[in-house]
Amino acid sequence: MRLSRLAAPLCVALAACACAPGTSEQDGRTLTVFAAASLTEVFGGLGERFEEEHPGVTVEFSFAGSSALAEQLVRGASADVFASADTATMDRVVDGVGVSLGPEVFARNTLQIAVPPDNPAGVGSLDDLAADGVAVVLCAEEVPCGAASRTVLEAAGVAVEPVSWEEDVKAALTRVRLGEADAALVYRTDVLSAGGGVLGVDFPESGEAVNDYAIGVVDGGPEPGLAAEWIALVASPEGEKVLTDAGFVLP
Amino acid sequence: MPVSSFPERGRRSGRLSAGRVPWLLVLPALLGLGFLVLPLAGLLVRAPWSALGARLLSAGVRDALLLSLGTATAATAVSLLLGVPLAWLLARTGFPGRRVVRALVTVPLVLPPVVGGVALLLVLGRNGVLGRYLYEWTGYSLPFTTAAVVVAQVFVAMPFLVISVEGALRGVDRRYEEAAATLGATRWTVFRRVTLPMVAPGVLAGAVLCWSRALGEFGATIMFAGNFPGRTQTMPLAVYLEMQRSPEAAIVLSLVLLAVSVLVLVLLRDRWTGTP
Repeated sequence: MRLSRLAAPLCVALAACACAPGTSEQDGRTLTVFAAASLTEVFGGLGERFEEEHPGVTVEFSFAGSSALAEQLVRGASADVFASADTATMDRVVDGVGVSLGPEVFARNTLQIAVPPDNPAGVGSLDDLAADGVAVVLCAEEVPCGAASRTVLEAAGVAVEPVSWEEDVKAALTRVRLGEADAALVYRTDVLSAGGGVLGVDFPESGEAVNDYAIGVVDGGPEPGLAAEWIALVASPEGEKVLTDAGFVLP
Repeated sequence: MPVSSFPERGRRSGRLSAGRVPWLLVLPALLGLGFLVLPLAGLLVRAPWSALGARLLSAGVRDALLLSLGTATAATAVSLLLGVPLAWLLARTGFPGRRVVRALVTVPLVLPPVVGGVALLLVLGRNGVLGRYLYEWTGYSLPFTTAAVVVAQVFVAMPFLVISVEGALRGVDRRYEEAAATLGATRWTVFRRVTLPMVAPGVLAGAVLCWSRALGEFGATIMFAGNFPGRTQTMPLAVYLEMQRSPEAAIVLSLVLLAVSVLVLVLLRDRWTGTP
């Protein structure tokens, strides 16, 4: 009784769709994108653009540390697109799940020291991070920004004891934005995304760890066609402009 | 827990009405049981048993376990010191706004712990509403310290103790307290010599609940205390982070937590079935 009452309008709706073939195939489709936390702003903006260009399509994002996402994918999470902050993490998904169309490097990012606007600890170089009484947060070494941080610190010969290892780069940035930490090693793009919330301090050793961001279509995802179109949008002139505006360097 | 005191009754009725088992109840019940037990069984199946000993003895596991046991115990001690008087206030006095206070006490019970962590950070952080003055006057900053772990655990776990003790206080016969008072005992003496011994089982149960909740605390801890091995990385944080690096290590850590939980339940079973 109750089911049939629901079914009647559903049939009407289906019939209406059938009359308009242009929209029917895209109605209610969802593109699932797993992306590194540092891509939050760029992909969020491109997602709105994608939904405008594809009526009826919803883009769903999961932004987190690349390695957490890779782990979820290897354990069977369903996604159409994976974008990681380094190629090593992408390789885990290539080996564990399989990636078609790519993986392709679409952007590069380097590290910067993020400090609160008033820079209470007076941080001006990597060496300053090792000073007594400077509360530094670093990304955990399992995530790409943590691996990059270790590379630059080793290259500079600086031993930093952080107050906390954060699970992704946005978490590290937030500690500085809230003024709970004096400095964090984050990507240049994260400093830009924080607006005036933090200041970025350049350091010469940042060239030692350039992160290559890789993107690919995850095998077995429900929407491989839309996934390919997403990657095309990221690689389009418009996508490139959004990326460079956010502080990424194109490969 | 009280299930074990009715075994005979269950057996007898089961034999009598074997033909009239209400499958509409039994099937979902079995499904529910499987849902609760299977994931834990999966943990046991996937455990790297051959390498278990070496992994258990590793410094990382030992540090996280000691930190977890230590902070959960400290959090329980703080909760007892503050929570028992709070429960007494709620159960024995009739101050105005008591219902509001009780509602406030239960908020952390239903609040997602990670929200509690954000709130703690905004209030007690170095830049927080109160933490700012602490930092200005003493140079002490609470986040990223072991003390912050305890604070986060007290925040999420103390309500369990308060609710449990308040329930026990409401359940005891007040005539004993009144008799003691008529014999000249002060309110403090009545509380210490009469009330507290009577509600001891309730306090113990609340303390164990509180301790278990503190041991499992994740969201508020990672938000407020951060993550540093040996200082703020408790077992649940270690499980979460190891899952990204080495799932085997995460499974071993999970097994340790599971073993501790089962141990607590076994110890409690004897205590609870022993008391009327």
